[in-house]
Amino acid sequence: MAIVEVKNLVKEFTGGVRAVDGIDLATEEGEYLVLLGPSGCGKTTLLRTIAGLEQPSAGDVLIDGHIVTGLPPRARQIAMVFQSYALYPHKSVYANIVFPLRAAKLPKEERDRKVRWAASLLDIGHLLDRKPRQLSGGERQRVALARALVRQPRVFLLDEPLSNLDAKLRASARDELKRFQQEIGTTTIYVTHDQVEAMGLGDRIAVLSNGQVRQVGPPVEVYDHPADTFVARFIGSPPMNLVRRDGVLVGFRPEHLLPADALPGADVVPVRLAVDRVEYLSGDRHIYGTARGIGEETRVVARLPATVESAVTAGTEREFAVARHRLRFFAADGGRRTNPVPV
Amino acid sequence: MTVEQHSEQVVRPPQPAADGLRPRRRLSDRDGALAWIFLMPSVVYILALVAVPFVLAIGFAMSDVTAGNPSFDWVGLRNFDRIFDDPVFWRSLGNTFIFTTVSMLLVVILGKVLANILVADFRGKWIVRFLVLLPWTTPVALSSIAWLWMLDSIFSPIDWVLREFGLIGGTEALIRPESNMYWLGEPGLAMTSVIAVHVWRLTPLAAVIMVAGLVAIPRDLDEAARVDGAGYWRRMFEVTIPLVLPVAAVAALFGAIFTFTDMAVVDVLTNGGPNNATQVLTSWAFFRGIDGGDVGQGAAIALFLFPLLLAAAIAILRVVKRLEVR
Repeated sequence: MAIVEVKNLVKEFTGGVRAVDGIDLATEEGEYLVLLGPSGCGKTTLLRTIAGLEQPSAGDVLIDGHIVTGLPPRARQIAMVFQSYALYPHKSVYANIVFPLRAAKLPKEERDRKVRWAASLLDIGHLLDRKPRQLSGGERQRVALARALVRQPRVFLLDEPLSNLDAKLRASARDELKRFQQEIGTTTIYVTHDQVEAMGLGDRIAVLSNGQVRQVGPPVEVYDHPADTFVARFIGSPPMNLVRRDGVLVGFRPEHLLPADALPGADVVPVRLAVDRVEYLSGDRHIYGTARGIGEETRVVARLPATVESAVTAGTEREFAVARHRLRFFAADGGRRTNPVPV
Repeated sequence: MTVEQHSEQVVRPPQPAADGLRPRRRLSDRDGALAWIFLMPSVVYILALVAVPFVLAIGFAMSDVTAGNPSFDWVGLRNFDRIFDDPVFWRSLGNTFIFTTVSMLLVVILGKVLANILVADFRGKWIVRFLVLLPWTTPVALSSIAWLWMLDSIFSPIDWVLREFGLIGGTEALIRPESNMYWLGEPGLAMTSVIAVHVWRLTPLAAVIMVAGLVAIPRDLDEAARVDGAGYWRRMFEVTIPLVLPVAAVAALFGAIFTFTDMAVVDVLTNGGPNNATQVLTSWAFFRGIDGGDVGQGAAIALFLFPLLLAAAIAILRVVKRLEVR
């Protein structure tokens, strides 16, 4: 277990592209920190810099308070699972898992004991003689995890380890990853562009965009109190609605925009919605339309849970409402969170 | 025209083609015919320049044709009897194997080293790449003559360097007291020189083939090995080399066939000498068949290469097949 910290980290590639642009970030002991962002936001570069596979242009990487910036990957006591898993195709599963231990020059009996321990933890004991090409995607992922685990590193770095699995397998693998990390309690940094993975796995989420950290916090906080419009629009599906009013942007989540009759209570903001499309998505209804009354006319989305049974038909206008405490406010320029204005 | 008529025209579905415009299959759509048309030039080429000479060679090997008397008389296997009785033939055969084995071993090792340099990213890499590929692009006659001067019995610059360092010439010299090495004049040194020049020539090709193998390895694997704590040599021997091995084998087998059938270096540097010390099968076949005029025996010697090359070609094809499976 360890604390990983980066200080004012900059990585500039030739051609002047700043993949990482002055990031300060620290994990907590044994924490599961998820780096979330769209592709090209610098999250993988940040992870690779922590691993030592990239040298930063400026700034430092610290593990347990020691600066490791100049150290090669093998001196950092980290383990990494690659997106492709990067299993050695010519080696058997056993030889793959034992490879880091042989590099660490452990005695043979201990190597063997540790491989069997890791294999049993991930339930791949029966696959040890196979070659990677004889394994399914899920099995490969476990072998990659076992290879990372066997050295008992201080930090796990995971680079989109679920993106090569099909949707069904991904859900169960996500569950297993979380239980696995709780069992061994090692600090983990996990890179993904999938907000569902991030919300489900992370103790905290760091949302990145254009090489900068936009917000760091627990999933609930990032979702309910986005620090700026980027986070508000990036997290949540459909994303947060933003309506311009008096020089600020008023934001509300689609699931908080409900038919007025389904939203009892005194303190609500009425919204008149001209509905032009209704999507029925496994229980939920997504209502697309133009909102009036809360600010300038804007196209918005409402998400009605199955429990709301009010009739909504396309081509009609209808009274909707948002609970006042659900409204969020952002500056119109820059998009940072700002003080509420009267609505 | 009213608006209604206009919009009706726009949405009208496409009309079926008129009788004269019925869709037809063109020549470029007929894969079977195209296959024959495109294959024909190479089939003609192979028949004219490979099959015909090969059949001719078999015919000549069974005949008493000479440069002075081209009339064809059947002599059966007597040419083979003669060459098997000739000690120079056995010496050439041995030399061919030594020449091929040693030079291929060196070519593969040096090719791998050069390939690592070629894929590395550093300042001024283009000039290094240019220099690495230079030996392959130089015409062999030209480069061999340059080497002939380098290895000259009296004016060799290599000897000059050795002399300057006090390694040769004088009674206290480390290597030998004479003032020259006589690179092409002593049997052992002559073979060494021939192999060295051949290796110098073939290594760039092997390097380029291995670069193709190296860049085909996903970068993730090397990075995973680095994170797993493996140092340079462990990554080299446990990850890179096993993954390049099939490609390296192809390079080596191609090189071996090339070396087996090549006599340019031998011909220019030593002419097979001294005293047949560097004679290989191809050069011996050339001297007997063309220089000596005994076409029948020359053909018989050259044919002796055929089963060996066939075995090598089969080996190449099997390696390539294994590559495809991976």
